Amino acid sequence: MLEKALRGGRYYWTLIGFLSLAMFVGLLAYLFQMREGLTVTGLSRDVPWGFYIAQFTFLVGVAASAVMVVLPYYLHNHKSFGRLTVLGEFLAIAACGMCMLFVFVDMGQPTRVLNVMLHPTFNSLMFWDFLVLSGYLLLNVVISQVTFGAERKGVPPPRWIKPVIVLSIPWAVSIHTVTAFLYSGLEARAFWMTAILAPRFLASAFASGPSLLIILCLIVRRFTNFDPGREAIRTLSQIVTYALLINVFFVSVELFTGLYRRIHEHVEHFEYLFFGLEGKQALVPWMWTSQLFVLAALIVLLIPKLRKNDTILFVTCFAVVIAIWIEKGLGMVITGFIPSPLGRLTEYAPTPPELLISLGIYAFGALVLTVLYKIATSIREEIELG
Amino acid sequence: MDESKRGFLKIAGCSVLGVLGAAGMRTATDVGPGGKAVESSTTLSGKKWGMVVDSQRCLENEGCTACIEACHSTHNVPNIADPKEEVKWVWKESYEHTFPTQSHEYTKASLKEKPVLVLCNHCEDPPCVRVCPTQATWKREEDGLVMMDQHRCIGCRYCMVACPYGSRSFNWQDPRNALQGGINPEYPTRTKGVVEKCNFCAERLAKGQEPACVEACRKSAGAGALLFGDLEDPESEVSKLLSEKFSIQRKPGLGTKPQVYYLV
Repeated sequence: MLEKALRGGRYYWTLIGFLSLAMFVGLLAYLFQMREGLTVTGLSRDVPWGFYIAQFTFLVGVAASAVMVVLPYYLHNHKSFGRLTVLGEFLAIAACGMCMLFVFVDMGQPTRVLNVMLHPTFNSLMFWDFLVLSGYLLLNVVISQVTFGAERKGVPPPRWIKPVIVLSIPWAVSIHTVTAFLYSGLEARAFWMTAILAPRFLASAFASGPSLLIILCLIVRRFTNFDPGREAIRTLSQIVTYALLINVFFVSVELFTGLYRRIHEHVEHFEYLFFGLEGKQALVPWMWTSQLFVLAALIVLLIPKLRKNDTILFVTCFAVVIAIWIEKGLGMVITGFIPSPLGRLTEYAPTPPELLISLGIYAFGALVLTVLYKIATSIREEIELG
Repeated sequence: MDESKRGFLKIAGCSVLGVLGAAGMRTATDVGPGGKAVESSTTLSGKKWGMVVDSQRCLENEGCTACIEACHSTHNVPNIADPKEEVKWVWKESYEHTFPTQSHEYTKASLKEKPVLVLCNHCEDPPCVRVCPTQATWKREEDGLVMMDQHRCIGCRYCMVACPYGSRSFNWQDPRNALQGGINPEYPTRTKGVVEKCNFCAERLAKGQEPACVEACRKSAGAGALLFGDLEDPESEVSKLLSEKFSIQRKPGLGTKPQVYYLV
């Protein structure tokens, strides 16, 4: 199938060239980080994890959200998703790749990273995360390869793939749950020590992932002859609406537990996040932007007439992705460290090398996605033209 | 594309992955094993090492840093000025930061600011050990020390995230550039990108010596503000002190069971 990625128009090659350039810049920045050490980042004693790990957390959600197209199609026989599943699976593959790279660039000793497999440690959630994420990547590669290959040949997929697909559904839930457990099992960090963290992660993932998929579908429809289908996009937008509502509910449940009881250790993190502490308020404008976007998106999504307008839907989905990205890719991880367990307020902001490396990884993900989508749309066009 | 080309691409792709994987494995196996305590006739042996910090006595010589200097020069701890990147095995922290649950709005401001000596607590149930994905940090069963293998550490910093006491330091930069005081050839220096912390002087215990900080304290003006011994031995100095005097631990509510106790 790969040969389809080697034939494309001007837009395609411009995009490929641009993404390759961004990847190259990211690589150079990473070599600089390799030489100097993680001192080139904005991380510190008090904030040992930052932008990289936060992007990882956000992207695990994007990867897991493929289940939102796989589940309705394979378990509920929701026919309109038939043309969409492969796009969801390809998105999951690209997201998994980015997740792994974001963890990799965060390592102080990247050449030793296979020690995780060499000395498997069952009590470490990081080991489990490594395991479930690799498994999920493999599952999606196999499933998309087999089902899409069969579709191309015009034959039904082999019977053995069905149980594999069914397995991928709880597996998707597991990757985000394990990622939440990475945080919520730490007595040192009151901000994360809440049972709602995993459900919250899943809800926000099922809002942001399908939003991203809607954006991608609308782009695909605009630039190729392949149409993922009006009804499929409608259903996806309903999924986004439910997931976003559930996420808002989960966040309020968490705020109630912390704020009504005013558990000091818990509350001060929220204070930092939304109002700032002792004049330190780097995240405050971001968080309010996020809240505003969620509110605006909810209003639009809850009104069917607005939701059914593709242009409005496109913008709304963008707002949802940005809002959840701020919530998970900025607020969630960093705030866990501020204040520190010793009560110190050390703020954090990513540095230019850190941002360039991250940009390079996102470019890598976008490149994988572009190539995979190119293959998918070319073959679909081929099938439909007969 | 015909079948043979496709087959070739698949094999080529797998081979590249395989070679990359093998290269990674080779680097990984260079790592030394997490060693056990070296037993010899002169080894100081204890079933559960612990420390008692007599904060009152320590405060009598508020400016004294004998223990810190002894520890940091013994273990080649780099001297980095930037508080965001500093590496510390033992240091002084304000009372308020050390015992956040012990100070309240009526605690005298002067007391809140008083320095208290802090170090790795060598917890009985250490969160850092629980989270480490490579067992680069582990609990030594025979004497309760929380050990660290800097050759196995991948530098993920999960242990720093998990430690409720801020006792772990990461080498954000090459520590060898910050060893102005010279290098102690008896103890290894570290590379950038690994985590380090107090090891209760495991290497000195193996030679029958008490921890460097305790020895330095004994010789200093503060004499005896730091005491070290076997908490399982009821006759040890530390056990007797803890059974006779009022002592506290840092954040006992978390259930980590710190083995550094404070007389207040």
